[in-house]
Amino acid sequence: MKLMTSIITALLLVFYVNSSLASPVETFEFKDEVTKVRFQALSKELRCPKCQNQNLADSNSPIAADLRRELYALLQQGKADSEIVDFMVNRYGEFVLYRPRVSELTYILWFGPAALILFGIVIVIVIVRRKPVDKKDLTLNTEQQDKLKRFLDK
Amino acid sequence: MAKLIRFLPLILVIALGGVLYRGLFLNPQDMPSALVGKAMPAFSLSTLTDSDKTVTKADLSGDIILLNVWATWCPTCKYEHPYLVDIAKNKQVKLYGLNYKDERGAAQQWLKHYEDPYQFSIFDEEGTLGLDLGVYGAPETFVIDHHGIIRKRFAGAIDTRVWRREFEPLISMLIKEKQQGK
Repeated sequence: MKLMTSIITALLLVFYVNSSLASPVETFEFKDEVTKVRFQALSKELRCPKCQNQNLADSNSPIAADLRRELYALLQQGKADSEIVDFMVNRYGEFVLYRPRVSELTYILWFGPAALILFGIVIVIVIVRRKPVDKKDLTLNTEQQDKLKRFLDK
Repeated sequence: MAKLIRFLPLILVIALGGVLYRGLFLNPQDMPSALVGKAMPAFSLSTLTDSDKTVTKADLSGDIILLNVWATWCPTCKYEHPYLVDIAKNKQVKLYGLNYKDERGAAQQWLKHYEDPYQFSIFDEEGTLGLDLGVYGAPETFVIDHHGIIRKRFAGAIDTRVWRREFEPLISMLIKEKQQGK
């Protein structure tokens, strides 16, 4: 029995270790260091179409592996970053970009937060600069003074 | 007016909440294809049944073409298959297959074992045409009109409900367009 449990524990450990190592591993040989850095940057910048919250570098899905290979091929062909991005966008849509390009469709994304902050600042300024209530109105006239006195004396 | 302004933040928050709440029920996989409105990409690949026979874009003939991306490794394709067999009986459309990143033997076996609903299947072992079509999984189905323009991409399984909801309106629209000589 004891032997059994230790075997199971050992097996579990083995599988545990293996599963924790299961991240995408491929070997690409780059022609120079710059290409390598560009590959890393682009695969972080491009989003996996299948697993939508991961970039190409993170994702284990077959389509991400395909796209990494394609990205590598395009880089080796000497394509510029913008050409590669266009290539991907033409096939998978604007969606593949983690940082969407500025266009009519994305104005609200790019400028919305700044516009909201400005709106907030304007409101704060308006409130702060609103004319303070006239001091004169706060002082009581004689009639009111009398009334007050009567209340207090009661 | 001043009262209304006081309630403005509350109204804005409720509106934002409404938008976000709706977002909870949207399907994130339901993305418009970048290829809708563009021409079917060119290709030159062999057919599934015959490795010596090369097919190109010109071989996809028909007024309304359905191109179904399938593979034997895809369980949803199995679910979808009987519906495709039904669709193949529909004279208004021509159904073609794109066998995506699959093994030739297994795929041939599949069609023999079930039933072959396709005019023919393009054998795309490397997924090159799939890449050009922006395919990221299977099954996916593309609708191509009589000008060779992609009009729709549907990701997921087709069944009777999906067919009625997603495809039938588009197909009758395409037939009308064709009749009007567009």
